Amino acid sequence: MVKVENISKKYGKVQALNNITFNVDKGEIFGLIGPDGSGKTTLFRILTTLLIADSGIAKVDGYDVVKDYREIRKIIGYMPGRFSLYQDLTVKENLEVFASIFNTSIEENYYLIKDIYSQIEPYKNRYAGALSGGMKQKLALSCALIHKPVLLFLDEPTTGVDPVSRKELWGMLKKLKEDGISIIVSTAYMDEAGLCDRVALMSKGYCLSVDTPKNIIQKYDKILWSVSSNNMSKLLKDLKIHSEIESCFAFGDTHHITLKNRITFNELHNYLMKLGHNEIEIKTISPGIEDCFMDLALKGADDASN
Amino acid sequence: MGQFFVFIKKEFYHIFRDRWTMIILLILPVIMLTLFGFAITTEVKNTKLGVFDPSKDIATRSIIQRLQANEYFILKKFISNPDRIEDEFQRGEVGLIIVFPEKFYENLLHTGEGQIQLITDGSDPNNAITLTNYATNIVASYQQELNKTAVIPYQIVPEIKLLYNPRLKGAYNFVPGIMGMILMLICAMMTSVAIAREKEKGTMELLLVSPMKPLVVILSKVVPYFFVSIINLATILLLSVYVLEVPVTGSLFWLIIISLIYIFLSLALGILISSLVNSQVVALLISGAVLMMPVLLLSGMIFPVESMPYLLQLLSNAVPARWFIMAIKKLMIKGLDVTSIYKELIILGSMAFFFIVVSLKTFKNRL
Repeated sequence: MVKVENISKKYGKVQALNNITFNVDKGEIFGLIGPDGSGKTTLFRILTTLLIADSGIAKVDGYDVVKDYREIRKIIGYMPGRFSLYQDLTVKENLEVFASIFNTSIEENYYLIKDIYSQIEPYKNRYAGALSGGMKQKLALSCALIHKPVLLFLDEPTTGVDPVSRKELWGMLKKLKEDGISIIVSTAYMDEAGLCDRVALMSKGYCLSVDTPKNIIQKYDKILWSVSSNNMSKLLKDLKIHSEIESCFAFGDTHHITLKNRITFNELHNYLMKLGHNEIEIKTISPGIEDCFMDLALKGADDASN
Repeated sequence: MGQFFVFIKKEFYHIFRDRWTMIILLILPVIMLTLFGFAITTEVKNTKLGVFDPSKDIATRSIIQRLQANEYFILKKFISNPDRIEDEFQRGEVGLIIVFPEKFYENLLHTGEGQIQLITDGSDPNNAITLTNYATNIVASYQQELNKTAVIPYQIVPEIKLLYNPRLKGAYNFVPGIMGMILMLICAMMTSVAIAREKEKGTMELLLVSPMKPLVVILSKVVPYFFVSIINLATILLLSVYVLEVPVTGSLFWLIIISLIYIFLSLALGILISSLVNSQVVALLISGAVLMMPVLLLSGMIFPVESMPYLLQLLSNAVPARWFIMAIKKLMIKGLDVTSIYKELIILGSMAFFFIVVSLKTFKNRL
């Protein structure tokens, strides 16, 4: 469905994208996972024909993003990261405008957006600017779907959306997938990676890994511990200077560490006791996507500096 | 085509639903025109008149009556002591004092010559000249009448005639200038801001990622503002004819034609600006600095082009408003016909063509 080969893009001196390569298959939910500034939006803009890459080839449904941009614009649906509808138009007017852009009507493809749009239909005469965050997202998604695209681009659709709406949105994406629409979605929330069929982990313009979330976790070969104590900020510093610890990151209310050599729980416990920590808890844990991302990002940084 | 109309409808929604846009589009032109037409005017009305008249004969009374009957002067007071004249000015009681000598009528009959002194505050020279001109004209008209009945002419009166603006009406100068300014403001500024708003809000991104042609996007933006400009043109013309009493003495048809050309030109400029900038504020600043300033300063609206330094004169050639204002002055006030504005028509027409082509070329298909 989408073919990306060695795409690079520079903004002035900043290398926004660096030799990105991946494929997206028909009918899958493909996730671009990475923190802010990793190049997700730039990649989206290249694939949606809004930007031209400095080098590399990208194809959407067989069409070249530079040469055949007109064809691509007919068949894709795009939902930018920022809410980009007309705030001074009502819900219904917005939908009408976007239907007319694609020379279609609300009635024609109503079945496609029915599940989503029916939730905001009671407010169809309200200005889009007066909707809540979750409802805005639903309207934006309806507008992106109104012309029955074969491929849907969603740039950080869950950013700034409440947990319930986030869950709902992923549910909608699953349904759309069943309708045969391929979806490329970007997110900075690592925990959402598991909801995609395949993901590309991105960091600072590099693509770290492309695989199913399951495989990415399986490939993780480090020993991972979670550590906590009564003084978490001091703990982070103390763990970082320990010679046997390879990496240490704060993860919510614990710190995750990986080890260079095998040390025991007791050795680490004693080390921390000496430094004045109390209520120390050390556990072996299985890695999540975020652990894999941190590990890959670290490797990537090493590779880049070499 | 349906697409196009939906978009025009949408654009009208944007205009009607934003109070400030509405105010700027429809009220501002009226306010500007009335302000310039009435308040900021070089015309002098209801000036308080002081009179020192020791003769008190038939001639002086007649002249005073004429002055008084005119809308420019109000007889404020008779002064009995000529030493107090300066006093009156210092207290700001009067704007003009007319001083008659003793035995004015007698002297006029016997020597054929009568002398009158007009005293006014010279610290505002424009005002002073205007006032004395009015008064001189009035006195002159009395003398002419007197001469009709007399066998021997009493005095040869130099005829002062002010071409095109006999009453030195300020509005005559300002109406064409205001037209040039308002149309430029509405067309260029509002379109550029409207397109920049789409970019700023991110909706342009969505429009670009659609099969819609850029030309349709632009045209649907321009059409509503074109209609608003037509309304403004009508408002300005009606206001100037019926309220400011500046008649359209020349061809109304060609006046409208040249205005339409100017509107197209301004719309094209607006599109050009919008394709260069990404935010509404910058669009506003550029239209303000690059369009409004030249219209105000270089178009001849305030400062006559002929009295500018040579370099600025050259520069003023590139200001479309200059040609527009010149043409409007010829058509509206001097009452000349279309043959007199061929040059302006050609210049404005080619400028419009140039800017439309350039603005369509620079409109980007991508971000």
